[in-house]
Amino acid sequence: MLNEANTASLFPLVVKDLCYLANNKVLIDQLTFSIERPGLSAIMGPNGAGKSLSLRLLHGLIAPSRGTISWAGVTNGSHVRARQAMVFQKPVLLRRTVRDNLVYALNINCSLDKSLHEELIGEALKRAGLTGHTTSPARRLSGGEQQRLAMARALMHRPALLFLDEPTSSLDPNATQAVEALIEQAVNQGTKVILVTHDIGQARRLSDEILFLNNGRLVEQGPTNEILSGPQSRAAQQYFSGEIVI
Amino acid sequence: MTDLNEAILKAFQLIKTADADLIEIVLLSFQVNGLAVLISCIIGLSLGAFLAVYRFKGRTFCLIFINALMGLPPVVVGLIVYMYLSNAGPLGVLGLLYTPTAMVIAQTILITPIIAALSRQTLEVMHNEYREQLTSLGVTNWQMAKTLLWDGRYGLSTVVLAGFGRAIAEVGAVMIVGGNINHLTRIMTTAIALETSKGHLSLALALGIILILLSFIINGLVYAINNAAERYAYA
Ligand SMILES: Nc1ncnc2c1ncn2[C@@H]1O[C@H](COP(=O)(O)OP(=O)(O)OP(=O)(O)O)[C@@H](O)[C@H]1O
Ligand SMILES: [Mg+2]
Repeated sequence: MLNEANTASLFPLVVKDLCYLANNKVLIDQLTFSIERPGLSAIMGPNGAGKSLSLRLLHGLIAPSRGTISWAGVTNGSHVRARQAMVFQKPVLLRRTVRDNLVYALNINCSLDKSLHEELIGEALKRAGLTGHTTSPARRLSGGEQQRLAMARALMHRPALLFLDEPTSSLDPNATQAVEALIEQAVNQGTKVILVTHDIGQARRLSDEILFLNNGRLVEQGPTNEILSGPQSRAAQQYFSGEIVI
Repeated sequence: MTDLNEAILKAFQLIKTADADLIEIVLLSFQVNGLAVLISCIIGLSLGAFLAVYRFKGRTFCLIFINALMGLPPVVVGLIVYMYLSNAGPLGVLGLLYTPTAMVIAQTILITPIIAALSRQTLEVMHNEYREQLTSLGVTNWQMAKTLLWDGRYGLSTVVLAGFGRAIAEVGAVMIVGGNINHLTRIMTTAIALETSKGHLSLALALGIILILLSFIINGLVYAINNAAERYAYA
């Protein structure tokens, strides 16, 4: 019914010398990496490592103090902006019903035929497991339900690129499974997903590669099984073995 | 003391019998202030949403300016509107002085900054929460402002009620530009001032009771609205 997400113009995503300063403090420090392929890239690292900031920078919500982000060789990201979506660490839902939150997202990009709306909304509600909550105020949902709604809303437009900031950190095992299924489904439909997670099992299950951040720097990048089985850096070794990283 | 008791008794009688003069004054109060608040809402809510969403040079000055206007002394507003509308003033030809229209103009000038400043505060808190998510969804600033106005509907209705409460209790400006003319520009507050000075306490008291009642009703409404917002997590 809808085109598959077209990711051709995304790769390679090249991040070069990306810095972000706030109050004269360096929060993102010369971040340099490239993401070449579709699939799912996980960003991991201890609290305060700069994972959420990195997603904001990539998504274009904040401007870097220095450095560049380029998509398939084009530095100005506005052409990919419209095809990206993000689910935030704390889901932000409108003060409306569950259904109206989805309708809102549809109406923003009104390129779609209105006759498709009902179907898309029904589909999204089902995927999020919220068919019984259609008319509930969205902000009265439980934390996990809110997270699922935010996820369904982000997927409404079949984004080419989806940023997920710890989408399952407050979910029970069942809901986590449901969200992971949503993520896999999106990846299978061709959406590139960049996922921040602290859940090592989740990274193993979902990701093709891992980027490990510490203190605003990229410490390691590599295929998931390599990083998980034999992290090279001290910080990553400590993180994956459950020690406190300082 | 008996005089006072008698006045109070008569005041209640005036209200109970729906005294014609009393009704006329109350109705005009509602018309003048209702219209003024309506115009203030159109200007003030747009301004509040604009200031909450857009960042531009001189915005801080605008915020300070509007907050300062909130504290405008009503008599000074009355004086200025008077000067513009009087025969010698630039708008004298319109012949608006001592008409309800003049009162609406003065009240609008008083209430608009209040609604603009209070709504900006409400909407900016919400904007901070919504900004990144809505930007991510691809909304323009214009759509953002519209979204905030709708999602802030509960908070904003209490702002509007606060504006109405302030307007209905105002006396200084309307007295000057309306002239408190019987059957033409006499409203509750100006009538109280006049009747009291003439020693006609009962009518003044009846109007005073209605004003106090209104204040209770407005605050009750504010409470009910906040309660509903709380219930739906729309606060
Ligand atoms: N606007 C800001 N101003 C100042 N400091 C900030 C700002 N935003 C983030 N920081 C700081 O930058 C650091 C990185 O923040 P970030 O939210 O990216 O961490 P994170 O890796 O997502 O951590 P977590 O796993 O806890 O979510 C933190 O130390 C945070 O305090
Ligand atoms: Mg984070």
